[in-house]
Amino acid sequence: MIGQAIADGILTGAIIALGAIGVSFTLQIMRFANFAHSELLTWGAYLALVFVAFAGPGTPTGPFSFGWQLIAAAALAALLTGLVAWAVDYLVFRNLRRRGAHPLTMVFAAFGAALVMRNMVVLIWGHGSHYYTRELQMSVELLPGVRMLPDQIFILALALAVVVCLHGFLTYSRTGMAMRAMAESPPLAQVCGVEVDAVVRWTWILSGALAALAGVFAGLTPQLHPEIGFNLLLALFAAAILGGTGSLVGAVIGGLLVGLAENLSLLFISAGYKTAMPFLVLLLVLLVRPQGLFGEKA
Amino acid sequence: MLTGVFSYLVFFACIVLILGILTLGLNLQWGFTGLFNAGIVGFYAIGAYTHAILTAAPQPQYLGNFGLPWLVGIVAAMAATAFAAWLIGLLTIRLRGDYLAIATFGIAVSIQLVALNWEPLTGGSQGLSRIPKPLAGVFDTPLSFNLWFLCLLAALVAAVYAALERILRSPWGRVLKAIREDETAAVALGKSARGFRLEAFVLGSTLMGLAGALYVSFIGFVSPFDFLPILTFQVWAMLIAGGSGNNRGALIGALLVWTIWSASGIAVTKLVPPSHAAQGAAIQVILIGLLLILVLLYRPRGLIGEAAVVSRHADD
Repeated sequence: MIGQAIADGILTGAIIALGAIGVSFTLQIMRFANFAHSELLTWGAYLALVFVAFAGPGTPTGPFSFGWQLIAAAALAALLTGLVAWAVDYLVFRNLRRRGAHPLTMVFAAFGAALVMRNMVVLIWGHGSHYYTRELQMSVELLPGVRMLPDQIFILALALAVVVCLHGFLTYSRTGMAMRAMAESPPLAQVCGVEVDAVVRWTWILSGALAALAGVFAGLTPQLHPEIGFNLLLALFAAAILGGTGSLVGAVIGGLLVGLAENLSLLFISAGYKTAMPFLVLLLVLLVRPQGLFGEKA
Repeated sequence: MLTGVFSYLVFFACIVLILGILTLGLNLQWGFTGLFNAGIVGFYAIGAYTHAILTAAPQPQYLGNFGLPWLVGIVAAMAATAFAAWLIGLLTIRLRGDYLAIATFGIAVSIQLVALNWEPLTGGSQGLSRIPKPLAGVFDTPLSFNLWFLCLLAALVAAVYAALERILRSPWGRVLKAIREDETAAVALGKSARGFRLEAFVLGSTLMGLAGALYVSFIGFVSPFDFLPILTFQVWAMLIAGGSGNNRGALIGALLVWTIWSASGIAVTKLVPPSHAAQGAAIQVILIGLLLILVLLYRPRGLIGEAAVVSRHADD
């Protein structure tokens, strides 16, 4: 029972973590809570669906329910969603920044953008559920009493690989260093010659790409619907704030903890209240340690 | 035909006035105090459910449904919302602006979950029905009742508006603006920023609770699907479009946005085939989102923004 809840929690947690990294970056680098981030997950998931509709999910490879086509679709969706994120910034947030708008004005605009983006999905793809593949697969017993689908194991491995690559990028590349500098202190970064526009662009593209992967993974287990991202909104913020904004490791650990809290809570409360769990975690963090686990200043 | 249009307009005006109370409540919080409440619909729901549980006709399967008089329900709804807002405010009011937004958004989601899941009290997804309408015995046709309710609402909105204008011009209101503009300066003058914020948050939320109670006693039933997050965004659009920091702007915004919403709803049902109803509803929401963004981008003050207030001693 507990073992299965932990396994499910880690899987949900990995998906939340990928989405929370972007939320954490925008909170720290762009300095506002981007409530439209959850819609990037949804867009990523549906853009991948477009490619799958053209190329098919591929013949099942090995124990998985899909072939290389779905992986290619996820990669293309990540690229395009990065561009969507950047386009939203270009059309909306950039203009507000230029005017020196209050950070809370940005949050208002983000909610507006979220409404438009979510309902565009309904307009284009309809309100019902979609599937990448209708292939059935058997779960594997990893430990006694703990079962997972091969697809889920694949998701975990891929999420881990993405996080490791991202860590390398942030630590060693010039752009990564510039992003971290901006996160630490925008004025100091500017004095040191960091190109703000480039950092902003990269932040959006990376956040969008990671959100798209989270969306595809959420859609693979097991279905897509227009609220797929919106339903994760509170979990994303809880994870980003729990981890400490601007911290990659923080966002990942925050995501895992929120995923675990959500699934372990099912042992005590009815499933109807499951979506309130991330919020309770969030409230607890804000009261006890508002800077998060890995955040530095209050 | 004509009476049909007239009845619709009366109904429409009632809804606009109820939304106007919500927008006035938000204006106190955001427009005058700078508090980002992303959980409007949660406070609206607390008021609505409190009123419904207290006044609905008794039924054995429910814990509540006490069948109490209308006025008791209204007062209790405001008290319950005020208490909830006070509790939530104590926990969250010190948070950074956008964290307060996240926290209040989460509260609204949680309240909706309770409404949906705590069946013995709230009726679950069925909701509660048979909520008495005030003086329904005297005004026994739907049109006469709606007309009477419209007058009642108009009187209430006028009273709320006058009271708000008065307290905002009082020293208390000036401190709110001072805190919004420059918290450090206000604190240096010995004003407790946290205390004033909490008061404004509770008072604004109480108005939202009143709006909720009025809504259920107008409609006669309550269901969790009346309290979806979209309502919060609509009320924001009303305040931002009308002019935040201006109570007249808040009321005009409520009228404007609800007109756009209803007109687009009628257009969608006429033009979009029923098989694509979901897409039609999506178009309505996209319009609200676009309105919000476009106003923020091109007319940040709204239709009539906050009036500039200059001290009468400025020329001395």
